[in-house]
Amino acid sequence: MNVTVLDRSPDRSAQSHMGFIDCDVHPYVKGPNDFDPFLSKRWLEHKQTIGGRGRQGLAKTSMYPRMSPGNGMRMDAWTDTGGHPGSDLPKMREQLLDLFDVAYGLLAPLVGGGPGERNVEFGSAMATAVNEWQLAHWCDPDPRLLGAIQINIEHTEAAIAEIEKRAGDRRFAQVNIPPRGLEPLGRRRYWPILQACAANGFPVSLHLGGTSGHASTGGGWPSFYHEEHPSYVQTMQTLVTSLVCEGVFEQIPNLKVVLVEGGFAWLPSLCWRLDKHWKRLKAEVPHLKRSPSEYVHEHIWVTTQPIEEPERPQDMLSTLEWIGPDKVMFSTDYPHWDQDDPRYAFKIPLPDDWKRKIYRDNAKALYNL
Amino acid sequence: MTRHVVASVADIPPGGRKIVTVKGREIGIFRIGDDFHGLINRCPHQGAPLCLGEIVSRLVAPSPGDYRLTRPGEMIRCPWHCWEFDIRTGQSLCDPHSVQARAFDVAVEDGKTLVEGPFVAESVQVTVEEAYVVVTL
Repeated sequence: MNVTVLDRSPDRSAQSHMGFIDCDVHPYVKGPNDFDPFLSKRWLEHKQTIGGRGRQGLAKTSMYPRMSPGNGMRMDAWTDTGGHPGSDLPKMREQLLDLFDVAYGLLAPLVGGGPGERNVEFGSAMATAVNEWQLAHWCDPDPRLLGAIQINIEHTEAAIAEIEKRAGDRRFAQVNIPPRGLEPLGRRRYWPILQACAANGFPVSLHLGGTSGHASTGGGWPSFYHEEHPSYVQTMQTLVTSLVCEGVFEQIPNLKVVLVEGGFAWLPSLCWRLDKHWKRLKAEVPHLKRSPSEYVHEHIWVTTQPIEEPERPQDMLSTLEWIGPDKVMFSTDYPHWDQDDPRYAFKIPLPDDWKRKIYRDNAKALYNL
Repeated sequence: MTRHVVASVADIPPGGRKIVTVKGREIGIFRIGDDFHGLINRCPHQGAPLCLGEIVSRLVAPSPGDYRLTRPGEMIRCPWHCWEFDIRTGQSLCDPHSVQARAFDVAVEDGKTLVEGPFVAESVQVTVEEAYVVVTL
């Protein structure tokens, strides 16, 4: 049985978390009309009279509703006036940005529905609106917050146009792509978009969540949210495997991919398995010039939350070593219910140089901050 | 040890709670029926304000699908990671043998007794007619 890991001996030496870079911060809307000023009249009317067409069977809720109010929010993040967690910049400053003197917060806006919209023209318009909304409501009022470009990857031309439009705008750090798509991300039809991300200097961030309409596990739909939560790991494994095996990193050598909120302890064992079979199945994938793990080490970054809590806390050090402390970046997932607190997330002291890398330097280098 | 008057009984209805500060510690005072209990407002897991979480029942299932709601309103669910604790003892549901939120000694005393002292009542006006919640710390 696993023992419970507590914060009794957390790593608080020298307050090393202070001034960290948070690689997963969720801004939320104040109301349903927040995006309206950023929609053309044509799409505003569409939104008001027709509305969204998601890829799931339920409307106005998620496939696996969470237990805390607001569909899985940290309960102390509601504002005094009942404002939704993540919707209020002063509250975000109080609970995150100012509390920890956060150097940069990378936004992951899971709002607007653009990336998963079936009507891809409307989805692209919503994605653009959410990009403008990030700038107006978050990045401009607080330059510590960096946007993530939203796109709908089923509309290649619009997606590329949006990426190119934002190129050179330092308020955006990366391009967000939902990890659950219609097909695995490494498929050839997504290459032009991935190419545009790399060509314009944007890492691709894959933040878990959402639904593609496919069952969330390879074995069908789970019954419980407790099952759904680890199924996100399967999604991440599928993406890494697809990107590697399809030869995406051979085709686009400067592509950088960040896996957000998928944890990371599973990555080494996936690499071991991929490497083992690559030796035997090379003839099937002759385009792979190097071992799968080499592509992973070179092209993939991971964020920490929800951090794994191994039975023997010191095993975390081995895990980090296998992935490479250069590839791990701290994230809180504020204000979601399963967020990590930078003071207590690691249950063992990290070597000083690892701390610097994980809390700050890796993100600084990746995003050119 | 000092007795601290933290609320009048009428301040906290059954099923209610109040967060108070005693000697610099935030303590959640909970009322279950006519019993009052105190827990530190800090989750032993990652330090969240534990006492702001939802007050829930203890759900048990002797076998899959056989759900039984027990001890209504006697558990507090942490507002961050949803660890549940017994409001009466601070004992954790997920790991009862090694995880515990600190519980405080809470009693109800008549104003009549209290005015004889000694007690500390910084924010509560004590009158002989009412009953009060008292934390000893």
